[in-house]
Amino acid sequence: MSVKLNTRQVGDVSVVDVAGRITLGEGSSALRDMLRDMTSKGSKKILLNLGEVSYIDSSGIGELVSGFTTVTNGGGQLKLLGLNKRVKDLLQITKLYTVFDVHEDEASAVRSFA
Amino acid sequence: MRENKNHAPETLERSLDSTLESVDSAEELALSVAQRAGFDEDDLMKIGMAVRESMVNAVVHGNRYSANKKVRLLVTHSSERFTIRIADEGDGFDAANIPDPLAPENLMRTSGRGIFLIRSFMDEFEMRHREPRGTEVTLVKYVVSK
Repeated sequence: MSVKLNTRQVGDVSVVDVAGRITLGEGSSALRDMLRDMTSKGSKKILLNLGEVSYIDSSGIGELVSGFTTVTNGGGQLKLLGLNKRVKDLLQITKLYTVFDVHEDEASAVRSFA
Repeated sequence: MRENKNHAPETLERSLDSTLESVDSAEELALSVAQRAGFDEDDLMKIGMAVRESMVNAVVHGNRYSANKKVRLLVTHSSERFTIRIADEGDGFDAANIPDPLAPENLMRTSGRGIFLIRSFMDEFEMRHREPRGTEVTLVKYVVSK
């Protein structure tokens, strides 16, 4: 299974529900395209809900980093929600866990946007 | 799938095309042997990820998706070691010049974490240049008797 992306608004925060595998190829490029599209259309507050992500490889991590840079350079904020153990471990091993603002529940994540 | 209830030694060898589909296939094949070898879920995740990252390196960076180049996969399981060998037919590269992905100046790079993750997840990792061309990586996970 590749990745499935669904966007919704919670107030002025754009929530992207990500499900499936963020791996090299279709999965990682779909996420990249989504975030670039949202940024170009002016989204400044983006919350990636990774609760249904079953697998992520180093390319997927690269797309998270790329997305963070793209959104931040555009004056916006990108945060993460609902990391499972695998994704959390990977971000910790690669020392990226403290780069991202990571949340456990959606309500507090939405409130945290400035 | 062949039963291997006693975790008997096993060898699997494949010649794969230089495609992303082969990356998926290699991961599935290696994990099938690893499951029969008795590894737990945590180790299976690590082995699968290491195989995937190694295959991506072989397909994308080594063989550059060439239809004329193959990736050789060898998976062997003995009583003490679970070994994966992946060999491409590319031009090779200097492993000593791979930037450290944990260095502050590299932390926000969008690539370059593959080999670091392989080393993190496996007990042994070796890379060597093949003659006349290509790179071969050897990944080892120790089998712990329970």
